[in-house]
Amino acid sequence: MTDVDPTDLDTFLLPDAPAAMVAGETAPLLSVRNLTVQFDTDDGIVHAVDDVSFDMVANETLGIVGESGSGKSVTSLAILGLLPKGAHVTGEVRFRGENILGINDNALRELRGDRIAMIFQDALAALNPVLTVGHQVAEAISVHHDLSRADREARVIELLDLVGISQPDQRYKQYPHEFSGGMRQRAMIAMSIANDPDVLIADEPTTALDVTIQAQVLEVLERIQDRTNSAIMLITHDLGVVAGVADRVVVMYAGRHAEMGTVDEIFYEPKHPYTRGLLASLPRVDRRVVNERLHRIEGQPPSSIFVPSGCAFHPRCPYADLQGLCVTEIPPLVDLEGGHFSACHFAKTLDERIPPHA
Amino acid sequence: MLTYIVRRIFYSVPVLVIASFLVFWGIRTTYDPTAKLRTSRDAARVIAQRRHELGLDKSIVSQWWTWFTSFLHGNLGVSDRTNGDVWKMITHALWPSLQLMFFGIGFALVLAIAVGVYSAVKQYSVGDYLFTGVSYIGIAMPTFLFGLLAIALVVTLPVTWFHLNQPILYSVGLHSTGQSGFNLDYLRHLALPVLTLTVQSVAVWSRFQRASMLDVLNADYVRTARAKGVPKRKVIFGHAFRNALIPLVTVVALDSAFLVGGLVITEQIFSIGGMGRLFLEALSGGDAPVLLAWFLVVAVFVIVFNLIADLMYSVLDPRIRVS
Repeated sequence: MTDVDPTDLDTFLLPDAPAAMVAGETAPLLSVRNLTVQFDTDDGIVHAVDDVSFDMVANETLGIVGESGSGKSVTSLAILGLLPKGAHVTGEVRFRGENILGINDNALRELRGDRIAMIFQDALAALNPVLTVGHQVAEAISVHHDLSRADREARVIELLDLVGISQPDQRYKQYPHEFSGGMRQRAMIAMSIANDPDVLIADEPTTALDVTIQAQVLEVLERIQDRTNSAIMLITHDLGVVAGVADRVVVMYAGRHAEMGTVDEIFYEPKHPYTRGLLASLPRVDRRVVNERLHRIEGQPPSSIFVPSGCAFHPRCPYADLQGLCVTEIPPLVDLEGGHFSACHFAKTLDERIPPHA
Repeated sequence: MLTYIVRRIFYSVPVLVIASFLVFWGIRTTYDPTAKLRTSRDAARVIAQRRHELGLDKSIVSQWWTWFTSFLHGNLGVSDRTNGDVWKMITHALWPSLQLMFFGIGFALVLAIAVGVYSAVKQYSVGDYLFTGVSYIGIAMPTFLFGLLAIALVVTLPVTWFHLNQPILYSVGLHSTGQSGFNLDYLRHLALPVLTLTVQSVAVWSRFQRASMLDVLNADYVRTARAKGVPKRKVIFGHAFRNALIPLVTVVALDSAFLVGGLVITEQIFSIGGMGRLFLEALSGGDAPVLLAWFLVVAVFVIVFNLIADLMYSVLDPRIRVS
C-alpha cells in the first residue's frame, strides 16, 4: 500500500480495531501503560520515555513517529526488556493481559523471538558477522522449539523464500557480508517471523535502504501480516512510510506522546501543533509553488535531561500560551473523538486559535 | 588453505633476505673482528692484512652475499667465542626456548581469555576490580623482579620455613639431573619460568580481551540474539566470544614475537640454556656469527607468528577468508 487513499485504508483496517482500545471489546494483544524510562548519567537523569500508553490489537499496524531522541526505540526495547542495566523502567507492559515488565529474565526470554519479535534497523550491524544467515535464522527457531535439524533447515529455507530471498538453499550457507543491504533486512525479517510472533516490533526497518528496496521490504512486512495476523509496531521517522503502511499512528515528542489516532486522523485532521509542524514540513509534489521554501519547526528538539516545563513542545510551538497552561502544566492525553487523542491544552480549539506570536 | 600457506611462506622469503641484510649490516658496522690486533706491533699492516684475509675490505653487499650464500648451504660459520658450530649452538638453544614459549603462550592465552571474558561479563563486580588491580600490578612488574620474587616466595623461603627436603617448584633448569621427558619433575621446573615469562602478557592480554568483549557485548548483533530469546550463556559464548577473539589475535601475534625478549631475562634467572642465554653470551662475548644467526631465527619467529595470526583471522572471521 503506497498511497494514502483513505478508502484503501478502510478496507485494510479491522472493523473493530480503532474502537477496541476505547471500548475494550477486543482484548488488546499488547498494551503499554504509563511506560516511563529514565537513565542515570553523569550529566543528570535522561527522561527517555515519559508516561507513554498505547494498545495494539491483532492484524493492526501501529506506526510510531518522532524525531531522533523522541523515545521511539527506547519504548520498543523497554517492551522486550532489552535496555541496558542502567535504565529505570516503570509502568506496565501487558501482553495478553499479563504484565511482562520486570518479570524475570527467563520468563521474558521465552516470549522474546517467539511471541514478541523484533526487527532492527541496520541489518549489517544487527546480524552476527561470523555466523551464517541460515544459522542465525535457525537459532531463532531452535531456541523455542525442538525440531530436528532437517526440519529446522527446511523451515529456514521456507522463511527465506517467504521474505523474497532467491535461491534460499544456497543463501542459507552464506554470511551476512555476502548479502546486499535489502537482502540482509529480509533475512532479519525472516529471523523475526520464524515463530509466527503475535507482535512484531520493527525499529526503523527501512532506514538504511534506498527507496525501491524500502518499498519491497514494507511489502514483505505486509505479506507477513496477512499470513500471521501479527500486530506490527512500525517505528520510523519517515512520515511517508507511516502513511503507506500504518493503521494507527502515535506521534512522539521528547519521550511523550503528542498525538495518537488513525492514520487519516493524524494526516488529515492533526490536533497537535507538533504534528501540524511535521506535516507542513513535508515536501508536497501536488501543490508546489515555485521557489517556495519548506516549512520548518523553529528551534531545536529539547534535551532529554532538561525537558521544558509544562508541554515539552511549548518553546517551539506557534500556538503556545507562554503565560499560562502550556508552560505550567503537562498536557494530558485527551480523547477527542472515538480514539483520536491529543496531548495539547488547546487541541479542541486549535483550528480557531490564532498563533499568539506568529 | 594449503596453497595460501605455501604462498605466504614464499612471500616471506624476500622479507627474510632483507632482514638478513639489515642485521648483517647492523652487526658489521658495530663490531670489528680485528679489534684485538690494535695493540700488536705494526698494527696498521697486520690489521690491513687480516681485513684482506677476512674479506672485510670488500663492499658490505658483497660481504653479506658471501655470508648469505654460505648460510644457504647450511653453513652458519663458527662461533668467535667457542669455535663451536653456530648451527649446532642455535638448534641446541632453540629447544628449551621453544618449550618455554609454547607453554607460555598457551598458558597466557587460556588465562588471559578466561579473565578477560569474566571481567567483561561481570563488569564492575568485585572480581572485575580485583582482576583489574592484579593486572595493573602485572603490567607494572618488571620480569626480573617478578622472577626473583617468585623464587624467594615459592622456592627458597618455604624450604627454610618448613624445613623441606626439596622445594615445591624448582628454579634451575628444565629437568633435574637424570630426568627427562614430560613428567611431574618437568612441570615443577617449568612452572616458574613460564609464569615469569608470561606475567606481563597475561596482564596485557586480559585487559585487551576484556575491552574487546565489552565492545562486542554492546554490539547490535548481541542485542539481536537476546531479542531472539537466546539464553545469556549462549549469547556470550555463541555470539560474542568468537567476535571478541578477532582483535586479540593481532595483539597476541605481535606480543609473542616480543616474548623472545622476555626469554633473555627469564632464562638468565632460571639458568636455562636457551636462546635468551645464548643471546646474552654472544652479545657480551662479541660473537658476531652467533648474533647473526640468532637474529635470523627471531626474524623467522616474527614471520611465523604473523602467518599464524593471518590464518587465525580467516578461521575466526568469514569476512577474511583465504583462497
